[in-house]
Amino acid sequence: MSAPSAALRAGSDPYHIGHGPAAGVPEYTGHGAGGPSPKRIVVGYGFWIFILSDVILFSCFFATYTVLIDARNGGPGPQQLFDLHNTAIETACLLLSSFTCGMTSLAVARHNLLWSEITLAITGLLGLTFIALEIHEFLGLAAQGAGPTRSAFLTSFFALVGCHGAHVSAGLLWLGTMMAQFPAKGFKESIRHRYLCFSLFWHALDIIWIGIFTVVYLIGVITP
Amino acid sequence: MSSDPERFEEFDLGSHVGEEHIAGEAPSELHPATLGSELRGYLTGLVFAAALTAASFWSLHEHVIYGPGIVMALIVFGLAQVGVHLAFFLHLTTAPDNTNNALALAFGVLIVSLIFFGSIWVMYHMNQNMIPARALLEMRGG
Repeated sequence: MSAPSAALRAGSDPYHIGHGPAAGVPEYTGHGAGGPSPKRIVVGYGFWIFILSDVILFSCFFATYTVLIDARNGGPGPQQLFDLHNTAIETACLLLSSFTCGMTSLAVARHNLLWSEITLAITGLLGLTFIALEIHEFLGLAAQGAGPTRSAFLTSFFALVGCHGAHVSAGLLWLGTMMAQFPAKGFKESIRHRYLCFSLFWHALDIIWIGIFTVVYLIGVITP
Repeated sequence: MSSDPERFEEFDLGSHVGEEHIAGEAPSELHPATLGSELRGYLTGLVFAAALTAASFWSLHEHVIYGPGIVMALIVFGLAQVGVHLAFFLHLTTAPDNTNNALALAFGVLIVSLIFFGSIWVMYHMNQNMIPARALLEMRGG
């Protein structure tokens, strides 16, 4: 049995805890063995921290909605207001757009401009459909006197779902920017990193929507 | 013997969003990330997510699930779908270069749980201990 090779030690103990740097791997002061992570990892990590802070913001709105769902001041509740068919279509739009956003990631990784633009356009159209359905729902609620000023329950509903809708709208602006920048600037590193952040943002919005259709709509409708 | 260095290439298996397929950064010789394999990953995620979404909406229909258990079923379906999205769309893996992301997520989950369940807990007990508005008026002789 021979002494473990550098590759073996690097693989089984990636952080070299208690072993010092692996043989042949230079040590970088302040960065451990092997030097700093590639920029793509660092960029993704930084944006991931932002997304988690955004999720914490949303958790406050979720908590507000759950606490205030009974505070209706004699006004209508989820059972009278929510149309689950509309919610199902919105959910399908966002899920499919998350998938096509993944397809864009594959095209961007291969520097394929045509497919990047096609899949981004589909993602954008699905996002626009989602926003249109949401605005239609909001206007319908306001028209039947169930606007955000009617009760604390409706205030928390419009705040939570509206905040998500605002995020999707901002994401659509970002998506349009990416569609313009791929042809204008090419697939250089900074643009690919920008797209990486956009894809993380878009996928995260779909994860928030899972919470919304579960907590706000489905659990809301079965809550007496 | 287990000294075959290629065995440990599995640590790099995670196919990362936007990853470049250039020399020196190739994820693995054993499992190269081809268009087909990555597409399959996204399709698997889409199928799982769609099935869980359908299960959520379907569980509201009468007599599919024992009434008082529906809320718990919805929460389980929702959390499972979040897991599917994290694994198949966001590519959160256990690879070494993903450890920071997973740890940050764990901290995020902690804070979100404290805010969400803490608020419900505090407000529930506050409502329990509140004197109802009607009784308060009667006490004041109003």
